[in-house]
Amino acid sequence: MSTAKPAGATPGPSPADALLSVEALVKVYPGGKRALDGISFAVGRPEVIAIIGSSGAGKSTLIRCINRLVEPTSGRIRLKDTEIAGLPRRELRRVRRRIGMIFQEFNLVERLTVMENVLSGRLGSVGFMASLMRRFPPQDVSGAFALLDRVGLDGYHDTRADALSGGQRQRVGIARALMQRPDLLLVDEPTASLDPKTARQIMRLICTLAQEHNTPALVNIHDVALAQSFASRVIGLKGGRVVFDGPPATLNAGVLTEIYGAEDWSQTIRRTGEDDEE
Amino acid sequence: MSEAAKRYPEIWQRRSLRETVTSWLWTVSLAAAAVWSITMLDIEWAFFRDAHEQAIDLAERMWPPRWSYLPVIIGPLLETIHIATIGTAIAYVFSVPLAFLAARNTTLNGFTWAIGRTLLVASRSVNTVIWGLLFVAIFGPGPVAGIAAVAARSVGFLAKLVAESIEEADRGPVEAIESTGAGTGQVYLFGIMPQVMPVLIGTTVYRWDINVRESSVLGFVGAGGIGLQLYASINQFAWQQVLIVLAAILVIVLISEAVSAYVRARIS
Amino acid sequence: MTAATYPTRWRPPPAFFGTRRRYWIFTGCVILYFAWSLSTLNVDVNRMLAGFPRALDIFARMVPPDFSKGQLLVKGMLESVQMAFAATLIGAVLAVPLGIAAARNMAPRPVYLAARGFIVLNRTFHEIIIAIFFVKLFGFGAVAGLLTLALSSWTFCGKMLAEDIENVRMGQIEAVRATGAGFAQTIVYSVVPQVLSRTVGVLIYRLDANVRHSTVIGIVGAGGIGQTLSASFSRYDYDFAAAILLCIAALVALGEWFSDWVRRKLR
Repeated sequence: MSTAKPAGATPGPSPADALLSVEALVKVYPGGKRALDGISFAVGRPEVIAIIGSSGAGKSTLIRCINRLVEPTSGRIRLKDTEIAGLPRRELRRVRRRIGMIFQEFNLVERLTVMENVLSGRLGSVGFMASLMRRFPPQDVSGAFALLDRVGLDGYHDTRADALSGGQRQRVGIARALMQRPDLLLVDEPTASLDPKTARQIMRLICTLAQEHNTPALVNIHDVALAQSFASRVIGLKGGRVVFDGPPATLNAGVLTEIYGAEDWSQTIRRTGEDDEE
Repeated sequence: MSEAAKRYPEIWQRRSLRETVTSWLWTVSLAAAAVWSITMLDIEWAFFRDAHEQAIDLAERMWPPRWSYLPVIIGPLLETIHIATIGTAIAYVFSVPLAFLAARNTTLNGFTWAIGRTLLVASRSVNTVIWGLLFVAIFGPGPVAGIAAVAARSVGFLAKLVAESIEEADRGPVEAIESTGAGTGQVYLFGIMPQVMPVLIGTTVYRWDINVRESSVLGFVGAGGIGLQLYASINQFAWQQVLIVLAAILVIVLISEAVSAYVRARIS
Repeated sequence: MTAATYPTRWRPPPAFFGTRRRYWIFTGCVILYFAWSLSTLNVDVNRMLAGFPRALDIFARMVPPDFSKGQLLVKGMLESVQMAFAATLIGAVLAVPLGIAAARNMAPRPVYLAARGFIVLNRTFHEIIIAIFFVKLFGFGAVAGLLTLALSSWTFCGKMLAEDIENVRMGQIEAVRATGAGFAQTIVYSVVPQVLSRTVGVLIYRLDANVRHSTVIGIVGAGGIGQTLSASFSRYDYDFAAAILLCIAALVALGEWFSDWVRRKLR
């Protein structure tokens, strides 16, 4: 297996025993737009990896290609020992059960209760009739209650999702993803629809929970400061290519300029040192 | 520029000459078409001459209403409501799978979509009463034919509106459920059904209200309900009974309209 | 935090009802209702079962549809379309005064109530009931059908127009009134521009509805293709009936497509 090492290589295992490895991933949209142009990286240990880049750099496409909500044009995606690209529908579903996803717009089913939304993370493990009757195994139900408690929504189980605030909805989204007991978390702009304070709380929650569950998380984020304060590794995308891959401390004005274009970065970088105060 | 030099037009018209001509042409051709339609129907104008006398005569013969007929029609009245309710309930059950078949984003392939659409068009383009004719030929006269007719017509009505609502459903939750690795049926159940439920219930209640009105005439073709008594009374020239039946229909239709409006207001 | 224990059972709260008890009461009532209604209907299961082979038989006799009596078919269809078209126009013209009379912000209270009562009374009765009265008054044939459709178009368009008029912006009416305009002038200059485009949409919809209804009122003898259809059914002439049904379906689909097309253009 010969793979070009990603730019700014991080210490990590070879793709063969990685938790997740992406090789030469290409996505060309029907209109001819080349959203991903040969992305390669590997995730060797459970850590939070922030993917940064300006809008249109391919962040969202990358995340969505990994669980194939977007069908990649070519390349390989390997989750532990499973090759995801090219899997037939049935097996794809089995792999998706191992990948939790958190969305920018939360994507809760608004007219269902919080509990139903959280339990929907277990749909892969119950049959159709059981899901119709809302009969989930006892350990899933108690697991869901525990997760709700953990994300700070104890007592909200019978509330309808459309009665929640944005931050609360994202907490439900997080609980739903963790309900899957995933091998990997895909997080697509989790804070873009939230106010700055809630955004920090949600980011912290995602990172702590990823750590607690020993799960690697890929987090799309365009707030560089947030990425720097929460991630242990940052991947910078530009024009569908990886232009940076390294620890947040090594992000400097030069790198940011390469990712986002020329701008005064001194404010952004200085905030890295100070940590949150809430 | 001096004040005097500026001249203003003295004639103002809203439309240009061409627009005026077009709009007149439209009016004239519509009128011509109407006149042609009416003349083609070979109307016997003589009938119009004494129509008002006939109408007054009819009204006089209707009064006073024959109250003794009221107990006789209680049964048929209830039957009318039952036909509407059971028919609507059957249509409710079948409309959901049909809607998923006929919605572009949930159907299996182009072929199943075509089947779904054909069933929709077939159900909707045949009137309830004509469905009644057909089912009377199949099941024989009686309320079963009426129920089948109501169900056959309503299933397309409900499924069309539900299918539209499926096509307009928010993609986000659907994607989220898909990404948990749920099966297709579960994605529909959790991702789509909650979104279309209000439309399904609202249109069902609305259709039930229409169906009460429809089943009041199903008896004309032998498909059960109060229509049979109405038709019989008219044919026997028992106009005092006709008035009672009409009043009874008025009452149940108004009640069903009120119930339907109340339920729909509570849902939204 | 000590190891908390969480419940292992959870049932969704019943939607619409608030409490589970009310939900069960409602469900019980529904079941009881269906049991009661089915028991009163004297459903003869054997006769129903016998219906299914008969349905196949009828269906077999419907195929292939018999288009050989084309002239009768064309005559009936044409009559239906003519009734529908003429009735829509008559109804539309008559709907203008009715619409104004039934608009709360235009008409004096007694006129308003009378107009509303007339509309409700007419809209309650199915077209077929109205048709049967016109058949009694004017004899069998297209006249009764034309009058039936005209009457129902009249009240339908009148109702829609009244609602549109009630929704017009009062400010514009007041502005025109303030110039000293009379009643008719007020209507032409402030009401008409506001309701015109929607009214055209309503008319097109009504034309479509009239085409549909014109296919059934013939069953009680009020002319059109329905009369032909009903006759063919009573003669067990199922292959001709199938041809008629196909033509009706085609006509209705065409009407719906046309009405969608016009309304899209208007928007």
